[in-house]
Amino acid sequence: MRATEANGGDARTGTAEPAVDVAGLRVTIQGSVVLQGVDLTVPRGEVTALLGRNGVGKTTTLRALIGLQAGSGNVRILGHATRGWPVHKIIRLGIGYVPEDRDVFAKLTVAENLRIAQTAQTTTANYDRVYALFPELKVRHRQLAGTLSGGQQQMLAIGRVLLTERALLLVDEPTKGLSPKFVSEVVDALERVRQTTTILIVEQNVHVVRRLAQHVVVLDHGTVAHTGDASELEDENLVRRLLGVAR
Amino acid sequence: MSTFVAITISGLALGAMYFLVASGLSLIYGLMEVLNFAHGVFLTLGAYAGWAAAQYLPQQGWTFIVTALAATVAGAAVAAVTELLLIRPLYGKPVSQILVTIGLDLALVGLLLGGFGSDSRAIAVPAWLTAVTTIGSEHIPNGDWLSLGLGLAVLGLLTWFLRYTRYGIIIRAGAENRDMVSALGIDVGRAFTLVFAIGGAAAGLAGLLNSVVFSSALVDPTQGDQLLIFAFIVVVIGGLGSITGSAIAALLVGLVQVYVTFYANGGGLAQLGNMSVVLVLAIVLLVRPRGLLGRTT
Repeated sequence: MRATEANGGDARTGTAEPAVDVAGLRVTIQGSVVLQGVDLTVPRGEVTALLGRNGVGKTTTLRALIGLQAGSGNVRILGHATRGWPVHKIIRLGIGYVPEDRDVFAKLTVAENLRIAQTAQTTTANYDRVYALFPELKVRHRQLAGTLSGGQQQMLAIGRVLLTERALLLVDEPTKGLSPKFVSEVVDALERVRQTTTILIVEQNVHVVRRLAQHVVVLDHGTVAHTGDASELEDENLVRRLLGVAR
Repeated sequence: MSTFVAITISGLALGAMYFLVASGLSLIYGLMEVLNFAHGVFLTLGAYAGWAAAQYLPQQGWTFIVTALAATVAGAAVAAVTELLLIRPLYGKPVSQILVTIGLDLALVGLLLGGFGSDSRAIAVPAWLTAVTTIGSEHIPNGDWLSLGLGLAVLGLLTWFLRYTRYGIIIRAGAENRDMVSALGIDVGRAFTLVFAIGGAAAGLAGLLNSVVFSSALVDPTQGDQLLIFAFIVVVIGGLGSITGSAIAALLVGLVQVYVTFYANGGGLAQLGNMSVVLVLAIVLLVRPRGLLGRTT
């Protein structure tokens, strides 16, 4: 049942249900309307980038998808209407969430950070895969996560969701604040992961988006302002108009 | 000098019992930030469960293990039910949590008073527990050794559990970032119930220990509330959420209380030992407000 849904498909019609299908997602935080009816579709097996200026609701969208942020609207993830579900139940559909601030457990070692992710899923943990993507995690497995550099923490945050098979990754600004060396390593890893996993990524770096994503969704003032193909980001005028930045 | 050794062991034993009470309180606050004012009645119910079990058991040495198990299981069960029914709907509402746990404490103590009366009940204890062990010229009550042994065993078990087991790692992670634990697909609610049960188990055991070693083998409906004050003092001195801090603070409080009671109580101030503990609390709060090993926020 789950495998069929995870692979996405309706064999009778030949159409693949999107990994994420959101309609009219509204979120209010402390009286302020942050999302005012977001409609969003993430096709299976591809990478969709969620773009927009600071504060338009990109992170809130990801958090609302997995129930970390309360909201209203219709949300279907991997074939399930998940509204009202607890966070852990949504995640157990086969979702990996990499938050904006990494949120590694600072007082736990690297090995413990990975182990806690392993215990959450029923599938077999694949440490070899994680250590192949990020060899540094193996070297530092006894180090407290709070003492890692920002880049190493990002590797750990991504590594722990890749420990078990995921049908969908939600990745929030994976290159934020990283040095070019770490940006390259993280993007290389995500490039390899996308071959087997659907990804919805929030990213400010247009170069990274162009390298990873097939689709882009641009948020503005809590709604979807533009949906299109990632190749459109070649158009510098469009990028400046939508994001307010030069490519 | 030999008297000093004897009262030091007595102070450490008292501290070990305080640790049993405080460890659950600290664990519960450390993960869930719940100030559980019903913790004292978990302790009392544990003592009564031990008393009830002892009524039906033959008075042989080994039966005390069953009595202790009854106290531990009773404490764990009541704590788990409390978390499931009363605390779970109130996460993120600290004032409501405090009011509910105070109300639960009052209600359960009232039930105990109604059911068993205000008179203390004598609990049957095995002979070895009331005997003494002679070391050199000193006679150390076996109850002190029992308290020390249980304190060390619980500290060891909790440390092992938190460091090496799956749920231990989840609990430590949850203390840092509850949302992220959920976002890894872990049912944090189940971990919360487990933590409450562990805290209740330690409290139940402490209740029995307090009765058989430090209260002349008497069980009393209000014994838990009296000890809860010391447990809170221990938790604050040790640092909220730190089990090791609680262990150190418990020994400190036990030693100070016993030393002052023994050496400085000649003037007839019966409460001087208790007052000295409050003084230690005041000094720690002034010098190191987060406690000995409390985390910075």
